[in-house]
Amino acid sequence: MIPGRTVEIGGLPVLLRMEDRALQEAVEKWYAGYLTTTPSAEPFDLTVTVGLTGGGAADHQAHVEWRDGRWLFERFDFQAEWFPDSGRGWVRQEGAVHQPIDSVLRILHSILVASQGGCLMHAASAVRNGRAFAFTGVSGAGKTTLSRLAPPDVALLTDEISYIRSMDGIYRAFGTPFAGDLGIAGDNISAPLKALYLLAKGPENRIEPLSPKQAVNVVMRNILFFAKDPKLVEALFETACRMAACIPVYRLIFTPTPAVWETIGLACCT
Amino acid sequence: MLYIARSRSIAARALDGEMVIMSTSDSMLFTLNEVATEIWLAADGRTPLSQIVQDKVCARFEVEPEAAYADAEDLCRRLAEHGILAISDRPIDSPR
Repeated sequence: MIPGRTVEIGGLPVLLRMEDRALQEAVEKWYAGYLTTTPSAEPFDLTVTVGLTGGGAADHQAHVEWRDGRWLFERFDFQAEWFPDSGRGWVRQEGAVHQPIDSVLRILHSILVASQGGCLMHAASAVRNGRAFAFTGVSGAGKTTLSRLAPPDVALLTDEISYIRSMDGIYRAFGTPFAGDLGIAGDNISAPLKALYLLAKGPENRIEPLSPKQAVNVVMRNILFFAKDPKLVEALFETACRMAACIPVYRLIFTPTPAVWETIGLACCT
Repeated sequence: MLYIARSRSIAARALDGEMVIMSTSDSMLFTLNEVATEIWLAADGRTPLSQIVQDKVCARFEVEPEAAYADAEDLCRRLAEHGILAISDRPIDSPR
């Protein structure tokens, strides 16, 4: 039996089987807050091997495709197959480093969580007083800035990719190790998602509620999905519509000062 | 005579009386206004576009019939380019 480490993100454990000692150490270091010996469910199973060359694709963009009952992922530094029916797969990656397997896990989780009524979203998210808030927007809109400005009583879930799942009819945001410019993993906690903010920098701090149609647009345009698979797209569209119906979505115009955090949560939670 | 039919390769939801439509083939997202939504909902592949414009647009909104038809045809051709509407000079039985 190949030795492994179980990485649990968003309540979905994945057992990474690796014989390469250097890769084991890289995984232990990168996913330190997300390793578990007591997974919350039967783990998905991924066997990871290391070679001098790993990729099946020439460029830096990951290609994801559904073909003959399995998902194929490939980039210049990895190649992987995922068999959803068995919950198993394999990865061949270049070098005993965390970057390729981290990308594979992002892709895999985007597929796994979509089938469970959730999504990964280009958004920072944080927990304050037991309530989660997500902040989305185009690159440069201020996700990392807002994360840096968070006061000490705020637990950061991620500054880059938010993990949102529907559990018992409630959308929850989970911490992820998928770091952005901040370069640090989020806290491994979760909380009910109380509001989603579309970020825009401006001369003052204020929030504007968005209409249901605008809300669906915001959610759908910021959901992270690698594969343009019709069934996957349809599932994510349904998720976007449900989320927009359940969670208030606002435009947050803000100045990059700590005072912005006094605005967050006011409209939805008072 | 022009006929239009909603594609099967889409996911759509009415929000506040207006349609939000996603093409499942290229993941493009469209939001239709009230008039476009009326045309979209009537696109059954069997009713001519001219009839749809007359019944759903001219009868409900203050517009010139010729201008309304021209705008509707332009809209339909643009939606067809993205594969979310089928368009034909014959009735359409089973759109993609």
